[in-house]
Amino acid sequence: MTFEQDKIRNFCIVAHIDHGKSTLADRMIQMTGLLTEREMQAQVLDNMELERERGITIKSQAVRLIYHAKDGNEYIFNLIDTPGHVDFNYEVSRSLAACDGAILVVDAAQGIEAQTLANVYLALDHDLDVIPVINKVDLPSADPDRVKDEIEDVIGIEAQDAPCISAKTGLNVEDVLEEIVTKLPAPTGDATAPLQALIFDSLYDAYRGVIVFCRIKEGTLKAGMKVRMMATGAVEEVVEVGYFGAGQFIPCDELPAGTVGYFTASIKDVQETRVGDTVTEHNRPCAEPLPGYKKVNPMVYCGLYPADSSKYTDLRDALEKLQLNDAALQFEPETSIALGFGFRCGFLGLLHLDVIQERLEREYNLDLVTTAPGVVYRVHKTDGTMIELTNPSNLPDPSEIDYMEEPVVDAEIMVTSEYVGAVMDLCQERRGIYVSMEYMEETRALIKYVLPLNEIIYDFFDALKSRTRGYASFDYEMKGYVESKLVKLDVLINKETVDALSFIVFEGTAYERGRKMCEKLKGEIPRHMFEIPIQAAIGNKVIARETVKAMRKDVLAKCYGGDISRKKKLLEKQKEGKKRMRQVGNVEIPQEAFMSVLKLDED
Amino acid sequence: MRRTYTAALVKELEYQGKTYRYPLRSIYFGGGTPTWLETDCIKLIMDTIVKWFRINEGAEITLECNPGTVTRDSLRAFHMMGFNRLSIGLQSANEDELKLLGRVHDLKRFLHTFELARNAGFMNINVDVMTGLPYQNPQKLQNTLDTVVRLHPEHISAYSLIIEKGTPFYEKYQFDSVRQEAGMQTEILPTEDQVYELTKQTEHFLAANGYRKYEISNFAKPGYEGEHNSGYWTMVPYLGAGLGASSYIDGVRYSNKTNIYDYIEASEAYDRNDTAGNHWMDEETLQSRTRNDEMEEFMFLGLRMTDGVSLADFEERFGTRMDLIYRDVIAELRREELLDMYEGRVFLTERGMDLSNYAMAKFLLED
Repeated sequence: MTFEQDKIRNFCIVAHIDHGKSTLADRMIQMTGLLTEREMQAQVLDNMELERERGITIKSQAVRLIYHAKDGNEYIFNLIDTPGHVDFNYEVSRSLAACDGAILVVDAAQGIEAQTLANVYLALDHDLDVIPVINKVDLPSADPDRVKDEIEDVIGIEAQDAPCISAKTGLNVEDVLEEIVTKLPAPTGDATAPLQALIFDSLYDAYRGVIVFCRIKEGTLKAGMKVRMMATGAVEEVVEVGYFGAGQFIPCDELPAGTVGYFTASIKDVQETRVGDTVTEHNRPCAEPLPGYKKVNPMVYCGLYPADSSKYTDLRDALEKLQLNDAALQFEPETSIALGFGFRCGFLGLLHLDVIQERLEREYNLDLVTTAPGVVYRVHKTDGTMIELTNPSNLPDPSEIDYMEEPVVDAEIMVTSEYVGAVMDLCQERRGIYVSMEYMEETRALIKYVLPLNEIIYDFFDALKSRTRGYASFDYEMKGYVESKLVKLDVLINKETVDALSFIVFEGTAYERGRKMCEKLKGEIPRHMFEIPIQAAIGNKVIARETVKAMRKDVLAKCYGGDISRKKKLLEKQKEGKKRMRQVGNVEIPQEAFMSVLKLDED
Repeated sequence: MRRTYTAALVKELEYQGKTYRYPLRSIYFGGGTPTWLETDCIKLIMDTIVKWFRINEGAEITLECNPGTVTRDSLRAFHMMGFNRLSIGLQSANEDELKLLGRVHDLKRFLHTFELARNAGFMNINVDVMTGLPYQNPQKLQNTLDTVVRLHPEHISAYSLIIEKGTPFYEKYQFDSVRQEAGMQTEILPTEDQVYELTKQTEHFLAANGYRKYEISNFAKPGYEGEHNSGYWTMVPYLGAGLGASSYIDGVRYSNKTNIYDYIEASEAYDRNDTAGNHWMDEETLQSRTRNDEMEEFMFLGLRMTDGVSLADFEERFGTRMDLIYRDVIAELRREELLDMYEGRVFLTERGMDLSNYAMAKFLLED
């Protein structure tokens, strides 16, 4: 079935986390009748197990809906789901570029939050028409009129007529569907022009190779066509084109300008199709690629090692596959004396790291050891050269270092007025530089700080939540690099440096960090047959020390009558426990210890 | 229910007696509190054993009981039936510790029970005590030890409390127990260091009072080492009858069903003569055993005893030399001074006993 361009709407939903984006998407899918009640699992769009569990949307996805509007016509809705977290800003921006309009969902009780602002500005930057929707009006604390005023005051878009809905119950969602028809623009583009299509996502399928998700801006994409990815230069022949059903791919003859769909081309090399790249016809290319493609740069690095060293190639394969869907994930091989062969991986942020780590463990069944995450430092050497340092072990000798720089971010924290003091204290402790504070309204303030990135990658978000009882929202973007006094902190266990435990730290907080690190490790390393000193050192200078005493007594030595198998299980557990240890010198270190630096601020 | 269970157990014993081919060197009524059953039930069980099994002259026949579950009359009856050893679960002489363990008895009742047992003619009595209890300190432990030693029992078992999944303690102390195992500071349970001190206090005090430590948790006056328990450690065949009981016969290990209704149903099926064979066994626990399994057990069970294992016994049983199979392990443990060798026997040193799991785990073989 072919549709005229003016009967197509390509849009996305933007919202702050938890404001009900996925629920609204589910409701729309249900109301447009593509799915029966029975098929309707909660949150159809979030199809990854992990997403469902965490309640966040990680990968953008798309679905095509058929809507019978009140004007008697049938419309195609291409709903493109976008991730909500600050770590995934680039993916959000690519998803937005595939749309012509956006629905802004705002919680009727909480009103505008930091990410609401960030996402809506991003949408406006892409020239999308934005229609506001007030959600959760069924909550007792809902105050839709206040939120409408807030949208007009803060964002500056008309909101008095915004539908007041409950995505949960379905109340007034019909109005949203009508507004999509009447208020959002139809796509434009010439179906006969040279092909110009934007890749906004991709997926690896073991049978079909890479499945590329794209928005056709100009021209028509058909099976059999020879296409070229303009940034990577890869040339492939299209095998199949189609659109997105609910949770499935539905092949069709062609994708004309204005449509959203997918294509496959037996692409095996995961590096060929990058999110943000432009696809064109090889023999009849468009004049220039679509704007906005950039290779995203990771901001956080850490080492990932297989717990079982024989799984090294499995880990590499898994990372390659994940990288396909995730242009931001970077990795290169590295070795550690303590951990063996692994990869130094780059991530957009800590959540991104967490998500990748969990996907590796769940979807690829890998057991991982992660080293403490760090940021990219710039080391200016006395010979005038500069290196970007992603692994603390590679820090040059202090005599070769002229000065070092660390990345800082512009941070925006929105918080109710009673917690302003607590937030400012926290930022101060984290070496923040105060920029400004403005009251959005009487009870809420937007606080701006410049913060070193390495101060927020560990647990800043948790600390913020706990100090404000969850009433703060946080957003940041990279600002640049500033000079800083940084040192490398080494950890010695039984007099041997454990490379995987080294990290870069601000000189002023090194002593405190070293002390906490030793304390933490003392709790992580089991007693051995001998005494084990744990030391933290900067260069040759030891700044903290703890001791793990020698083991004296097994507290589990009982045996139960004739039930020998229980005893054997206990002994097997004891032996198995050893296998999960890393040998450094003659000390066995549990894998968890390598991650203990992450939790230095928990007390 | 008690009578139904007794009837079911009698059926099992009848079946087992017909098929078990070894004479009995020892009999043990225990695990839990068998004296929870009426005296005539216990008599019925005992009579069944006598009827269907061959029992060696002078066999050790033990009854386990808790203070307060027995009377002058019942103890006399037990002695008359042929029980010649009594094991009394005191655990602690301190009221607060007993309460913590959920015991219904008190010290007075224990002393009374002990006296009744002697008067009934029991000349071989074991008392169970427990170390490593929550909030236990040297004074409290000493009070328990003094109380016990003053009575001159022939045998003392001193177990340390283990916080295990499935027990009410687990809910309460699981975090502390993990800390304890890791040698960290604990809140309620004694730390690893404290458990060590408490164990040493027990060992030294009992040794000074004429009790020899012959096994990790067991102490006896000369000649009163528990025959039955030692059987487990020397891989002598044993038959377990009753709910959840474990057996080791002709190189096969299995346990009985643990659900009482299933167990009773098994006896009914036996009665109806539905099918031949052992109805009471839980098929899932039946282990096919390899030579490696047997060698591992020979070592880690035998090393529980202070006399350890004999090189000659190993060679006789497995047809190969222990030092061929375990040369590296033995060398390593000797270097760490956890194990020693003397006159053809391999045994754990005192420190090896303290760190027995560490040492024993080394004897597990790769598959």
